[in-house]
Amino acid sequence: MSDTPPVISFSGVDQVFTRDDRTTVTALKDLNFTVGRHEFVAVLGPSGCGKSTLLRLIAGLVFPTRGKVDIYGQQVVEPRDEIGIVFQRPTLLPWFNVLGNVTFPFRHKYGRVTEAEKARAHELLKLVDLEQFATSSIDQLSGGMQQRVAIARALLLDPDIMLMDEPFSALDALTRDEMSFELLRIWTERPKTVLFITHSIPEAVLLADRIIVMSPRPGAVREILDVPLPRPRSFDSLSDPRFNALANHIRSRLFARHAA
Amino acid sequence: MPSPTISAPASSPVMPPEAATAGPTPGQRARALGFRFAPALAFIGLLIVWEVGCRVFKVPTFLLPTPTMIIAGAREQSLSIWTVNLWATLRVALMGYMVSIVVAIPMAMALASSKLLARTLYPMIVVVHSMPIVAIAPIIVVTLGASDLPRVVITFLITFFPIVVTTTAGLLATPEELIELSRSLRADRAREMLNIRLPFALPYIFSALKISTTLSVVGAVVAEFVAAEHGLGYFIQFATSFFKINQSFAALILLVTISLAFFQFVGMLQRVFAPWSLPKSER
Repeated sequence: MSDTPPVISFSGVDQVFTRDDRTTVTALKDLNFTVGRHEFVAVLGPSGCGKSTLLRLIAGLVFPTRGKVDIYGQQVVEPRDEIGIVFQRPTLLPWFNVLGNVTFPFRHKYGRVTEAEKARAHELLKLVDLEQFATSSIDQLSGGMQQRVAIARALLLDPDIMLMDEPFSALDALTRDEMSFELLRIWTERPKTVLFITHSIPEAVLLADRIIVMSPRPGAVREILDVPLPRPRSFDSLSDPRFNALANHIRSRLFARHAA
Repeated sequence: MPSPTISAPASSPVMPPEAATAGPTPGQRARALGFRFAPALAFIGLLIVWEVGCRVFKVPTFLLPTPTMIIAGAREQSLSIWTVNLWATLRVALMGYMVSIVVAIPMAMALASSKLLARTLYPMIVVVHSMPIVAIAPIIVVTLGASDLPRVVITFLITFFPIVVTTTAGLLATPEELIELSRSLRADRAREMLNIRLPFALPYIFSALKISTTLSVVGAVVAEFVAAEHGLGYFIQFATSFFKINQSFAALILLVTISLAFFQFVGMLQRVFAPWSLPKSER
């Protein structure tokens, strides 16, 4: 290990929520892991294993009950500029056109949009291959296109860390595959530290360098796996025997009870 | 006549080729026209049935005047009488409506931002709205005296409830992700309200504003029934007490016209300033 601290580090993190009726729910239990610079880490687990809570801890939107979350060795005490978030739904603003949506974070944070920022937004639209739709209204775009606008929006303030919360799960299967390769291409052009939450095993194996497999109730790390597939990845990666071997391994671990 | 030649090429690329060459048959065209003017034709039909029915069955004028008698009734009064009364009602309705917007939207913003305020203020708003407006109108007139003020207050009371309730619901219906996005940008609550919540609530706000247009006319008329020297509500009471039912009906038609025009006007504002907030079919 070198002296530079990891980009993201969880040490002994517990997250306990108190419900309105004063009963408590342990969402996350004793999480310990680190994420390195420009690493693509997938967090994989069934619904209700606290994956989204994990992401919100990094974003500084919630704070751990016990333990601590560090970014670049500094404890997260508020949302930080280094982070861009892509949600499950695109949640674009219907009163802005595509360009207005991409520049929205800047407008929202600083109250105006500069020419430089507009130029940057155009560049990002080119990156996500939507340059010709800059002045289109949102409802003219398909679900996949809307999610690409959301990715461009998350990239606007040039974050080092991209947090992606099941970003393709609301898309149809074909679009979803297309978007996975699209994301790999974007990530190759703009290397970022990515934390990608998903409940799709093939998606996690195809995209990630490492996969954090979580178990539910309370959410805990079951296993952290390295993905042995070489980069750049392509359609051929899907037929690599190592792809299926890893996918099968994860499946057997996640459904251990059913296999026994 | 250059306009047809300009519009035709613009629309032709999207037209299917068979439609461009064949066009609708005369029968189809007649049916399409019939469908388009069906509401107007039905309305005219109703007027004819009304006129003929009243004449055939010799319905007394003070029970139900015929449409022609209503027109005649309108002519029995001078134009200035009509404009004075129309303006009196319109003025009160508009002022009450404006005050409602100015009070209700900030109040909804407060209710949406604070759970404590929502818990304390909301029950009071419901209590105020639960009072039958016709029952409190005389009390308000006694308290506030004989001027436009009590009438505006009565109109305000009837229009403001739907605006507060619907706007609050709209402000709270903003997708949670956008609020998280806002917080992750460390934008303050005021920006979150103005840049995200308020525009997201516009479809709700416009529905409430449309409902309140007709309510504002109701409010103004109720107030005039209690105490007024002018206004269409006052005029109806005055005319009925002299059994000039045809004149009352003429005033009623004016009231309906005000309501419709007001409603359409707000709808037009929405189409011009926030077309995205309308369902696709209405843009």
